[in-house]
Amino acid sequence: MKDLFSRSLQTTIAFLIVGGVLVLAFGGFFSAASMPLTGGLVSVQQWFASRSQAVQAFIAAPRDLVTLRNRNAELEAQVAQLQAQVIDLQQRVNETEILAALVDFSRASPESSYKAASVIGRDPSPFLHYIIVNRGSNEGIQRGMPVVTNEGLVGRVDAVIADAARVQLITDPVSSVNVHLKNANTDSVLVGSVTGDLTLDLISQDATINAGDLILTSGLGGGFPADLIVGQIVNVRKLPAELFQQATVQPAVDFTRLSIVLIITNFRAIDTAPLVPTTTP
Amino acid sequence: MRNLIAIPLLALTVVIQSAIVPSFTLLSGYADVLLVLLAAWALQEGVNTGFQWALLSALMMSIVSHLPWFIYVAGYAGVVMLAQLLQKRVWQVPMLAMFTVTFLGTVFMHLLTFVYLRLFGGSVSFSDAMGLVTLPSLLLNLLVAIPMFGMMRDLARWVFPSLEPA
Repeated sequence: MKDLFSRSLQTTIAFLIVGGVLVLAFGGFFSAASMPLTGGLVSVQQWFASRSQAVQAFIAAPRDLVTLRNRNAELEAQVAQLQAQVIDLQQRVNETEILAALVDFSRASPESSYKAASVIGRDPSPFLHYIIVNRGSNEGIQRGMPVVTNEGLVGRVDAVIADAARVQLITDPVSSVNVHLKNANTDSVLVGSVTGDLTLDLISQDATINAGDLILTSGLGGGFPADLIVGQIVNVRKLPAELFQQATVQPAVDFTRLSIVLIITNFRAIDTAPLVPTTTP
Repeated sequence: MRNLIAIPLLALTVVIQSAIVPSFTLLSGYADVLLVLLAAWALQEGVNTGFQWALLSALMMSIVSHLPWFIYVAGYAGVVMLAQLLQKRVWQVPMLAMFTVTFLGTVFMHLLTFVYLRLFGGSVSFSDAMGLVTLPSLLLNLLVAIPMFGMMRDLARWVFPSLEPA
């Protein structure tokens, strides 16, 4: 009995000692003594852990590389697809903006009927300024019909086939358009050139014209309807020795970026050739 | 029979010339891919269909262009004639012949166009035409001439297998 009591007491004391040591250890009272020991253990464990992770990475790396490559290829394909979609959508936005501007323009001039057409080509010769549009006689397009954009006058239909038409731009060297200078209240003739520059000719010396003056079609000659915007005067060349003044013109339309145009379908050009007197011997 | 490749090839070139080439301008000039193609084709050894190709090209171009058909017929036939003439004389240096034909052919074609426009009332100044249209077009044509010659050489070997080097 005495032995049993003594053993229980010893066990209890041992537990109390161990518990006390643990409480003191957790309380940080042994830190000074335990630091070199725990520091060494931590270093050893860290060394083993880092080597173990390196071995694991070495074993797992090839599998991950293949997976990553596949994933990368998938993502690259996805990026390419999305980029194509972005380009497509940007084109649609541009087209929509142009069409919206053209619709606004046609609403502002309800007296005319319009047919929208896309530009599908240009004249193969650099000397000539013609565009080819995707509307032809099947859609009622006829030779001589004026062509405009929301910015101003583009030209007139020169030749027509069933599904396409060729349009002579006002910048063509053979083109001439009768125009009206609103500020100076005088008429003139606008001619093109091989370089695409526009020049106003046959302006009376008495007329007062200035840079920035607006140029509209006059409707004379029956080739174009009146009051279509053509451009603005950039500079004036007035020499006292000459019969007429000349002026350089900035066109309202950017002919290098034409993509969609409007053909005025209810305007019939008047052929004035029979009215021109011919000289008889 | 393989000569019939001319029809789709020339039609495709006319489409490219009308739809794409005018977007790549240098000053006011741009390349005449069809002229360069005809020059390259006519310079190939054993090719004797140069004039047929030139006539077909001229007819196709006159559909698209405002210039009358006879300008293209004369211009392209002139290019082929020059190419055949040079092909016999400087056959050992084909690229030199190609550049010469491209240079002279472009000048000839532009001269024809210039004369036509002057006769029919266009306001065309010679200095503008030469400096801003012809010279830039000439440079672009010479640039196109290098790859075009190689392509036409391959095509000639396909059309005339007997020309294939052993």
